Amino acid sequence: MAWQSLDIQRRSATTTPAPGARQATEVAKLIDISQCIGCKACQVACMEWNDLRGEVGHCAGVYDNPGDLDSQTWTLMRYTELENNGRLEWLIRKDGCMHCQDPGCLKACPAPGAIVQYANGIVDFHQENCIGCGYCITGCPFNIPRLSEKDHKAYKCSLCSDRVAVGQSPACVKTCPTGALHFGSKEAMKDHAEHRIADLKSRGFSNAGLYDPPGVSGTHVMYVLQHADHPEWYSGLPRDPKISPWVGIWKGLAKPLAIGAMAAITLASLFHYIIKGPNEVSKETEKEVENETRS
Amino acid sequence: MMDVTRRQFLKITAAGLGSSSLALLGFSPQPALAEIRNFKLARTTETRNTCPYCSVSCGVLLYSLGDKSKNVKTEIIHIEGDPDNPVNRGTLCPKGAGLLDMIHSADRLKHPEVREPGAKDWKRIGWDEAFDRIARHLKADRDANFIKTNDAGTTVNRWNTTGFLASSATSNESGYLLHKVVRGLGVVSLDTQARI
Repeated sequence: MAWQSLDIQRRSATTTPAPGARQATEVAKLIDISQCIGCKACQVACMEWNDLRGEVGHCAGVYDNPGDLDSQTWTLMRYTELENNGRLEWLIRKDGCMHCQDPGCLKACPAPGAIVQYANGIVDFHQENCIGCGYCITGCPFNIPRLSEKDHKAYKCSLCSDRVAVGQSPACVKTCPTGALHFGSKEAMKDHAEHRIADLKSRGFSNAGLYDPPGVSGTHVMYVLQHADHPEWYSGLPRDPKISPWVGIWKGLAKPLAIGAMAAITLASLFHYIIKGPNEVSKETEKEVENETRS
Repeated sequence: MMDVTRRQFLKITAAGLGSSSLALLGFSPQPALAEIRNFKLARTTETRNTCPYCSVSCGVLLYSLGDKSKNVKTEIIHIEGDPDNPVNRGTLCPKGAGLLDMIHSADRLKHPEVREPGAKDWKRIGWDEAFDRIARHLKADRDANFIKTNDAGTTVNRWNTTGFLASSATSNESGYLLHKVVRGLGVVSLDTQARI
């Protein structure tokens, strides 16, 4: 199968339409929270493949380590102890980029080509074009990208676009020993999720379901949740993620207006120069001014 | 040459300045291209091995720089699970997934060392010396303690004062050889670290 991953469907701060005639297979990662044991093999494999090595941290009394995503941690296991109907449940969520079909980071990004979305759905950051403004963090409904303190550029999970481009699975998916992570076409992942949800429902999780939020037109990283009616139980997974309206106001209204104003000023001054010419000072006026300053 | 008056020259300059400013403002078509990071294993050498950690003995693939040609010093740059190994089918636990850093660890033992009786510090020795010393100790112990017959006079050929602990990653083939060598010497206490 050709992934056509070099075809991009969106590019940050670019008005030229992207090539879109070919139909690439959309890919997706499925995270089945009910099968995850929280071993963090995915976290290690991610660091190994992407050549990331964070600072050795400290234990804060919980298993979350490091405490938050950072430029060296593109995926992070978040552990929640939930008391539900007299039962203790340990909900372990693999946090990281959701690869939204409608990516808020890309929409908010002012640097041309710093964020792209490939035709297979992967949203990737190109750090060489990143200006380090951090708007992608504001634009992200899941609060995922992080600026590096070293180079002041934004980093996040690339869904191993380099591996997917040659027909391989992301490093995290490949390593997962319990089969909680799966990778394939988005259709195949939805089919797999259906089986998992049916199984969970037969085991008493009547609200089990797939997390593929429509507010961002679906994601290319999806969760199977035991409690799909309470996504917020999973370390604050947003119930209905949406791109902040400010991104729309800024990019949809304010930016074109500002560009229009700036262009109008440029054109006006150009026409003014052509029609009126430069402001010429006659010899008489010059003499008058000189006399005034002397007296 | 084209005749350009001062006025025309200024107009052309102004128009050029204005249009390039517009391009800067985002009106210029940008090439819709994105380069994906190159696949870093493209022409690396792939070597099959077994994870050294626990007794599950997952299959791993070691990826090293170069093609093993004469002048190239190989360097392992990536390790991932072996999808063809029936034990793990490509998966690895967090320890196995981080195997690369064990290989490159500054604390890793890279050469034989000995701490002689009464000595405080470890002393670096060569491989030949290490093998000679091990063989010498084994032979001395076996010569002194080998039991040829038991009280009833039956031949038993036991060597009870030395035991052998084999690696957890021992395959069927190396396990067979190991058994032959160790039992052939008369060692009774043979075990493997075949448990975590």
